[in-house]
Amino acid sequence: MTRPSGAVAGEGVVQLAVENVGKSFGGVRAVEDVSCVAEKGKVLSIIGPNGAGKTSLLNMISGFYKPDHGRITLDGRDITSYAPNRVAALGIARTFQNIALFRGMTVLDNLMLGRHVRMRYGVLSAFLYWGRAQREEVEHRERVEDIIEFLKLQDLRKQPTGALAYGLQKRVELGRALALDPQVLLLDEPMGGMNQEEKEDMARYILDVSEERGTTIILIEHDMGVVMDISDRVVVLDRGRRIAEGTPDEVQRDPEVIKAYLGAQKAA
Amino acid sequence: MFHREAGIYKTSYAADMALYPLPVARWAVAGFAVLFLGVLPLAVHEYYLTIVNLISIAIVGALGLNILVGYTGQISIGHAAFMSVGAYTAANLAVRLDLPFWITLPAGGLMAAAIGTLVGIPSLRIKGLYLAIATLAAQLIIEWTINHVEWISGGVQASIEVPRPELFGYVIKSQTQLYFFLMFFVVLAIIATQNLIRSRIGRAFIAIRDQDIAAEIIGINIFRYKLYAFAISSFYAGVTGVLYTYFLGIANYEQFQIVVSIDYLAMIIIGGLGSILGSIFGAIFVTLLPIVLRLVMEDFGSLIFSEADLRNIIPNLRLIVFGALIIFFLIVEPEGLNRLWRNIRSYFRVWPFSY
Repeated sequence: MTRPSGAVAGEGVVQLAVENVGKSFGGVRAVEDVSCVAEKGKVLSIIGPNGAGKTSLLNMISGFYKPDHGRITLDGRDITSYAPNRVAALGIARTFQNIALFRGMTVLDNLMLGRHVRMRYGVLSAFLYWGRAQREEVEHRERVEDIIEFLKLQDLRKQPTGALAYGLQKRVELGRALALDPQVLLLDEPMGGMNQEEKEDMARYILDVSEERGTTIILIEHDMGVVMDISDRVVVLDRGRRIAEGTPDEVQRDPEVIKAYLGAQKAA
Repeated sequence: MFHREAGIYKTSYAADMALYPLPVARWAVAGFAVLFLGVLPLAVHEYYLTIVNLISIAIVGALGLNILVGYTGQISIGHAAFMSVGAYTAANLAVRLDLPFWITLPAGGLMAAAIGTLVGIPSLRIKGLYLAIATLAAQLIIEWTINHVEWISGGVQASIEVPRPELFGYVIKSQTQLYFFLMFFVVLAIIATQNLIRSRIGRAFIAIRDQDIAAEIIGINIFRYKLYAFAISSFYAGVTGVLYTYFLGIANYEQFQIVVSIDYLAMIIIGGLGSILGSIFGAIFVTLLPIVLRLVMEDFGSLIFSEADLRNIIPNLRLIVFGALIIFFLIVEPEGLNRLWRNIRSYFRVWPFSY
């Protein structure tokens, strides 16, 4: 597969590529000419100060925003103009910065919803709930139970998610994304607002997903310790532009990055 | 006291997902079956059976509206119009083509579903109050059309007499026979709705109601599912219209005016939005309320009012009490009668050891 111009990465197989993508809101340029590639089975982190355009970039990948220019490809297939539900059906799952669970539904139902696109039966079988519909429900329930076990949510199965603690809600949201059997997992600050122990748990889960399932992960995170620990590559955004890209070590030493994070006078 | 959940072990996912996973629930269902199929029709006077039949019809309609409003979070003030679409479709088919009810009934439902889907199209772009107005417009347009197009309404007074439903040469005409006829569809509607809600389709509806952005991100095609909700809900409405037409023996547009739409909204609000039991409670409550009010006023009203005043007060009292109740439920118990029932049930679940 040819590498998009301007995107630099390691030697792996490109799974998701963002090529010269830009997006403005009114006069504000949220994302300017950003390129990056996520390699199959690797963890790519996107970091940068607040307002750098990280979430906007994720929103473009998952189809909520249509880029003004540039293109986004999954396994070489152009998905730039796909609606969010089609992007999901192709296997790109996502979590949100401020949790977007179905609060009135149980953990189990939230995860079953995550499998929505993998289920096939239609309205008529739903009315009957017999034969095919029931068989599919049981089959997918088994897959969901695997995830429940993986994320240690067994005792919360039938709890409404709205009543769960914050850290657990984040975990359920990860579970719902995993239920989709994603090829690419977009995580928007999965550890935001967590304490140290919860962060360590979440980091462990993310690494396990990456290692056991071979899922490609694109991660937005503010905790630099975590980012440097678990990422294979890091992209740094500042005011909508990509200012650095490389392995965690390379990025940490990059003067541009230090400048963006610590202010101009220190870098000078 | 009534039942204990401890000690009931489910050994398969299918058992865990059953409609009535607890033995006590299965016994309750069996008990109700005996009551409604054996005891009630034999023990109750024909007049009361008429009321039960009205309730049955209302249950089907309320279930349908609850799928749209309670589960999917869309709104429709045009449901009575969808009922009239079903009613007139069935009446025309029955009279002109001499078709039996088991064809006119689904046909009425399907026609209503088609119109309902059409009305649901704006729901992709507009929500809440604006959608309410769009469906209100649909109600008025359909009402007007039926009333003014003679080809549909049969001309004089926009009403069509329909023949009694007939099954294998057996004509359903008494209230008792109608009772069994309607009960069949009520049971069917309840089971179908329960199944729908626990399926992937029902979960998608609830997802759209709770968090439409999250619903999209997990791959639900929101527009398609909103249309499904409109179609299914209007199908129920159409069937309700057909049942009502067979019940009355006449299709008449006056039975499907906007007030009826509001009555049905009242049912699901009072009964409980997004709840099947709530739809049933609501249908019973809203159907009984005017009847009870009238009985009470006829018996005791003369203590306060004069005979002449009473005649004016009774119909208006219904509206007043109705309005007051809707406001009461919206403020005090937005989850409706179903919530009250759940509170009672969870109290007895651990009774007598409440702590």
